[in-house]
Amino acid sequence: MTEAYLDISDLSVALQHSGDRLLRGVSLAVKPGEVHALVGESGAGKSMIARAVFGILPKAVTILEGQVTIEGADLNGMSQAARRLFIGKRAAFIPQDPLTALNPSKRIADQISDRLIHILGMPKAKAHARAATLLEEVKIADPERVMRLYPHELSGGMRQRVLIAAAFAGEPRLIVADEPTTALDVTVQRQILALIAGMQARHGTALLFITHNLGVVAKLCQTASVLYAGKVVEQTGVRQLFADPQHAYTRALMAATPRYDRPEESLKPASPELMGELAREVAETDTLWAKERAHG
Amino acid sequence: MAEARVIRVKAGPRLWLSGLWLTFFALAAIFAPLIVPHDPLAQDLMLGKLPPAWVTGHEPGYLLGTDSLGRDVLSRLISAARPALFVAIGAGLAACLLGSVLGLLAGFFGGWTDRIISRIVDIWMAFPPVLLSILLVAFLNPSLQSVIIAIAIIDWTRFCRVVRAETMQQRRMDYVESARAMGLTSIATLAREVLPNVLPAIIVLLSLEMGIAVIVEAILSYVNLSVSTDQATWGSMIAEGRGIIYQAWWVLVFPMIALFLTVLAFSQFGEGLKERFDPVLR
Repeated sequence: MTEAYLDISDLSVALQHSGDRLLRGVSLAVKPGEVHALVGESGAGKSMIARAVFGILPKAVTILEGQVTIEGADLNGMSQAARRLFIGKRAAFIPQDPLTALNPSKRIADQISDRLIHILGMPKAKAHARAATLLEEVKIADPERVMRLYPHELSGGMRQRVLIAAAFAGEPRLIVADEPTTALDVTVQRQILALIAGMQARHGTALLFITHNLGVVAKLCQTASVLYAGKVVEQTGVRQLFADPQHAYTRALMAATPRYDRPEESLKPASPELMGELAREVAETDTLWAKERAHG
Repeated sequence: MAEARVIRVKAGPRLWLSGLWLTFFALAAIFAPLIVPHDPLAQDLMLGKLPPAWVTGHEPGYLLGTDSLGRDVLSRLISAARPALFVAIGAGLAACLLGSVLGLLAGFFGGWTDRIISRIVDIWMAFPPVLLSILLVAFLNPSLQSVIIAIAIIDWTRFCRVVRAETMQQRRMDYVESARAMGLTSIATLAREVLPNVLPAIIVLLSLEMGIAVIVEAILSYVNLSVSTDQATWGSMIAEGRGIIYQAWWVLVFPMIALFLTVLAFSQFGEGLKERFDPVLR
């Protein structure tokens, strides 16, 4: 067993004003060089986990308990400034929407090199050269020309490539990708996925890949956590997950995924029984948790 | 790339015409003592109410005529550009700085910061601005500095409101989140990532505000609450011209035209700049 690079244990976050839990004791680990999928429907708390890793939770959300460690160091125990520096050097984030994820007033060159200059302290010329190399690596033709452009002059797919280049630029050991292909059309999605897979393999980066697309999970990832209502309902290797899904929710999720080799009629929405069972399960978790808390 | 260039250069006559007038205005203000044909304060009652050069009864050398005290209107018009420019720049920048900083903070941090700043703005905007400026100047003793301070204190809310809204809009974009995720501090994110995107709006407002400052100064000198009477201003010229409008319309009309053109030029210049420098060309 190799040591986990990113280790989240028993993480609970809640809305400040109501106390409703958004994450219910989430634990997951990503080993160096491993691709871990975080699967779940909208609102399951996938992005909340990503935000918790980077310490950018919305103001209305507080961490109740649990730890996030990177290289064995507890992030929540660090001061704001120390945490930023620590994480800026080790981890990068690929956001969901390439249309708003690039700063509209900055040239592409600066979008990539700013991080290198300001966080890693690289000299300007070197950062510029590195940006060019990376753009080449994400298969952008004529990088020197593209580097002088503004984001609005690029297509969605090109922008996502730039974001990927920017994420890998600082040679981070961990990348968190928050549904990086959802905003793109299907043909571009495939290219971007192949690109991320290739980059990840070449750089040996640990990747936490957030998605609701099980097809992507099968192609890209080694291990997976299935999230429902802020609770990990199943966590296993990807082969295992598809061969023998343990949790009823995982099976329902698979049954609801369109596949070209099955007729459309076989698509099934979640049954009322399942929804009831899930609700009970969540309620049980909450009662248990409340009890534990009461006992200190 | 080439296409983008072409669009940017097309910014058009708006920018050039208004820029031309503002350059003209600024040069007149700066070199006023050197270029005035007559001493703007020299009185000659024998030459009172002379009409402009194209009206019968004019005297050579008095291109735009004279006022009731025989002072040269053109010279006074030029020398009045000075306080106008001074107020435009001073009050414009001061209001811009105060309002933009507060607007950026309110829009970026939200929560209590926003609530406090926004309430102050609401209360501020409930005061009638002209009355407030008259009160302020009277309290501070009439002078050019007081006029600048009064305008900045009243008009920072314009900047604050717009900059706050723009900042909030930018704040929601993923690039801000990415910047935070990569380890930039809030203030660095605000200054390096958000500010450049709000800047076009600030520049437009600044230009607009400079025009407003010129008008407010004119209003204040119209009611004799600006600079002392030994300095000509457009407002005081309009006030003097009002009493003799039936005998000598030119004393009133020329400063009005100068005022009108300057204020129009400021607002059009702002719009032109926005078209030219906004990278997204909204």
